[in-house]
Amino acid sequence: MSGAFRIGNAGRLTPARTARFTFDGKAYTGVEGDTLASALLANGVHLVGRSFKYHRPRGFLSAGAEEPNALVEIARDSARKTPNVRATVQELYDGLSAKSQNRWPSLSFDVGAVNDVASPFFSAGFYYKTFMWPKSAWKNIYEPNIRSAAGLGVAPDQPDPDHYSSRFAHCDVLIVGGGAAGLAAALAAAETGVRVIVADEQAEFGGALRFESGAGIEGQDGWAWAQGVVAKLKSMGNVRVLPRTTAFGYYAQNFVALVERVSEHLADPGHDVPRERLWQVRAKRVVLATGAIERHMVFADNDRPGVMLASAARTYLNHYGVAVGRNVGVYTANDSAYAAAIDLKKAGVNVAAIVDLRDNPSGALIDQARAAGIEIHDGRAVTRVGGKLRVSSMIVQPKNGGGERTIAIDALLMSAGWTPSVHLFSQSRGKVAFNEDKRFVPGTYAQDCVSVGACNGTDGLAASMDEAYAAGAKAAKETGGKAAKANKPKVDADEVWSRGMLGSAPGAGPDATVKAFVDFQNDVTAKDIRQAVREGMRSIEHVKRFTTNGMATDQGKTSNMHGLAIAADMLSKPIPEVGLTTFRAPYTPVTFGAIISHARGPLFDPTRRTPMHGWAEKHGAVFEDVGQWKRAWYFPRAGEDMHAAVDRECVAVRKTAGLFDASTLGKIEVVGPDAAKFMELLYTNPWEKLEVGRCRYGIMLREDGFIYDDGVVGRLAADRFHVTTTTGGAARVMNHMEDYLQTEFPQLNVWLTSISEQWAVIAVQGPKSREIIAPLVEGIDMSDEAMPHMSVREGKICGVPTRLFRMSFTGDRGFEVNVPADYGQAVWEALWAEGQKHDAAAYGTEAMHVLRAEKGYIIVGQDTDGTVTPNDAGLDWAVGKKKTDFVGIRGLTRPDLVAKGRKQLVGLRTKDPKIVLEEGAQVVDNPNQPIPMKMIGHVTSSYWSENCGRSIALALVAGGRDRMGETLYVPMPDKVIEVEVTGMVFFDEKGERLNG
Amino acid sequence: MLLIRCPYCEEERPELEFRNAGEAHIARPTDIAAISDDDFEKFFFIRQNPKGIIYERWRHVHGCARFFNAVRDTVSDKFVMTYKAGEPKPSKLPGVSK
Ligand SMILES: [Zn+2]
Repeated sequence: MSGAFRIGNAGRLTPARTARFTFDGKAYTGVEGDTLASALLANGVHLVGRSFKYHRPRGFLSAGAEEPNALVEIARDSARKTPNVRATVQELYDGLSAKSQNRWPSLSFDVGAVNDVASPFFSAGFYYKTFMWPKSAWKNIYEPNIRSAAGLGVAPDQPDPDHYSSRFAHCDVLIVGGGAAGLAAALAAAETGVRVIVADEQAEFGGALRFESGAGIEGQDGWAWAQGVVAKLKSMGNVRVLPRTTAFGYYAQNFVALVERVSEHLADPGHDVPRERLWQVRAKRVVLATGAIERHMVFADNDRPGVMLASAARTYLNHYGVAVGRNVGVYTANDSAYAAAIDLKKAGVNVAAIVDLRDNPSGALIDQARAAGIEIHDGRAVTRVGGKLRVSSMIVQPKNGGGERTIAIDALLMSAGWTPSVHLFSQSRGKVAFNEDKRFVPGTYAQDCVSVGACNGTDGLAASMDEAYAAGAKAAKETGGKAAKANKPKVDADEVWSRGMLGSAPGAGPDATVKAFVDFQNDVTAKDIRQAVREGMRSIEHVKRFTTNGMATDQGKTSNMHGLAIAADMLSKPIPEVGLTTFRAPYTPVTFGAIISHARGPLFDPTRRTPMHGWAEKHGAVFEDVGQWKRAWYFPRAGEDMHAAVDRECVAVRKTAGLFDASTLGKIEVVGPDAAKFMELLYTNPWEKLEVGRCRYGIMLREDGFIYDDGVVGRLAADRFHVTTTTGGAARVMNHMEDYLQTEFPQLNVWLTSISEQWAVIAVQGPKSREIIAPLVEGIDMSDEAMPHMSVREGKICGVPTRLFRMSFTGDRGFEVNVPADYGQAVWEALWAEGQKHDAAAYGTEAMHVLRAEKGYIIVGQDTDGTVTPNDAGLDWAVGKKKTDFVGIRGLTRPDLVAKGRKQLVGLRTKDPKIVLEEGAQVVDNPNQPIPMKMIGHVTSSYWSENCGRSIALALVAGGRDRMGETLYVPMPDKVIEVEVTGMVFFDEKGERLNG
Repeated sequence: MLLIRCPYCEEERPELEFRNAGEAHIARPTDIAAISDDDFEKFFFIRQNPKGIIYERWRHVHGCARFFNAVRDTVSDKFVMTYKAGEPKPSKLPGVSK
């Protein structure tokens, strides 16, 4: 038995196929095809949650995605724990385990419910008003407490072990919604042969046909017709049918994001299927067939468990075979609730009474209800209900006041009418229009889309399907389909929804102090909306933020229209003048997992490894991340910490030699008859006269005169330059060059090629560097006479081509061996073997930084920050004085750039040589001045230099070069460090070692 | 994600392939070293930032790598048209009324 409220002859599920589940630890049995909601209701369970703010007991309002109350936690294991799952959409599987939220110690006895009694304190806007000051209390008291008391579910505290997938898709016609209208549109489009995608958020297509027992199409009942159509669509090669798939975001140019729940409904999904799949669909035409959502009645205590939408009760009965009670009442302002009452009555459920706010309602449904023997109280209102954890009675009163009557019930079905779901239309930037039926419907379209059926304000099955079929055919024709076959489905039996009401019902008017909920999820009452208007909120956007009406996952699905009507009434303005709040994506909550898909862990960002990475790994390198690169940071030997390893590496380079992997350097080949002219324009230096085979250190500026990049450039031929850039600057320097070449200097005959990944670069630096390289080189005379400092030669090393640079970033004799990337590791190994004969060391980026700082060589981006000129950096010598143009030439003469007192790069020596300054530390000239002190500069580079036997530092200091020998101060939290301003070169000031 | 028509590739490609490169039709003065501070300010710092039609540069950086010009409505984010670098500012825009 799958629950005492399961009705034998109703619904479409197979009772024999049972599924066991637990809720708050208690075991229940449901049926395959149930949602968690229908399975709980079949077992007579209505109380499933506590509300957000007042902790009021809550049950099921709906049977679908609009559910604001029945949010539960579903846990497969300790890591697979999903909070705030709507029980009305969670499909049941054998072994499902669910827990209620926002209650302590238990659902039926919850201490937090004291908020309900103390509710005057928690009225609208209380967060803004109550916790204003003292400011410090926010951080320490208010926020932590509010965060733990408010909020619904608890996020899991372990990494998500599931995987997710992501797909891009293109189609001619995307149809969102697989109810009668969506399927009609899909049929029409599919028959023409165009590419169609049709998606529906439910497990099975059919939409409202799920509960509309009165619908007949093509000689079948509506639901059976829908299943036949889906089977047909699935068999067509041009159609993709996506159930359990919600279109949650509508972006520019018909880009629609869908999330497919692939395995959330399976008892044992296994590891091969993703949990969810994100579809990023670009559609030539979009047909929105998103239906309508029933509105609740706004009256006192309308949130009692057992009080629900009429269409929900009808769904539970007609689809799941579950009666929501044994003795139900109905409260309505429109006809559709009558259909629910009639269906329940036919199934053997007692309908205590229909209370209809309208005077003398008439029509076929009303006649049928009377004929079925249901009592109808027209012109009357339900002003409140009895019962605490479950509704037990309704109090009925004439709508303009008068004698009360109490009617015992165990469930109350309500309907105030239907709200077209214009969420996606609104997200598409379409403008809604308020029509004569007091509904917001699609007005002006901003994209190639069309709304059909209930979401377009079209009433009735036949009218909706006509409209949808025509729209599907038109969309297909416009995207290249053949003419539609015009076999429009014939509607035999129709259901037409009528209008209803907006705003609060009698007993919940401006004078009432009752809790008549407008937004169940955010605990917003009619009174809160009115208070917001009384306190001066005039725009609906302000009312929304003040009260939180329609926020969070509700996004106005159930609350928007009532809230708006109440605000408009208070303002004595027509509804369209008060305006509708903006609908935002996502339509329903989307997991972060679905959005990031595979882009997590090692796939979060590409990792770049140099050709010699494997060697470095094998030799114990510790790596550091430099952009996307993994660079060998240092090579510790047994027992060495970083400090010891770096000291050893630095000493070895100056004593014998060191090998360094410089492959990450950006490299650009500038080629063509005008290559030198182009170089003249892009760099501050002169290039025309640079001899073939020679190198030059180049500085690149932006047009504003600030240093943008630097690097050594070799001239391989009259028309060919091998340009190097900083590691981090490679891509932007290439972009910068292309920009000028394509748009400012297009007359120049030059080609630019990024060769960063083509060449592996092995720097061999130190007094023994030539002896290490020479035995492996063919065709290059490496003597000082033939190959002086700053020259480049092409030849062979280890039998493979090389571009051999003689250059130094250490101040010692040095070379950079460029070889094709594929040979990088082999050549490195050969050089390493030679190096071993001379006690050479492999060194990493840390030693490289120290060695260059010992010589005062700057690193762009560390010693400069985008506001430093060549002069500031002491590099004026690299600016061609006779040049008439280069990028940045005018910027350099701007008044601020030639003013006195600019920050200039200098060296700093701590008075105590053992103290190593902190990079980024501020520099002042008087440590005794009051705080805030006047900061005159900051430390840009700072290291322990084993070669100098002391600490060294570079700093940008105002007027620095005029302060040589001055004592300045670096204030730190625990002490003030005295420093002396010096030149930037700390080692081998005369530069003799370049040829040493 | 926008679709942008590259005038060199002659097809619409996803926004991911492109990078915006700022306002278009600002030519670097050929005698830049000689211009006044005011002229340099206008050239380098002053930008229109309009609400509505903007003429801007884009680069098909992960495609053909070419820079080109585009006309875009900053309110709707819609591209009105794109055209090659060096072509004059269009005097008439398709589908845009004054
Ligand atoms: Zn292109």
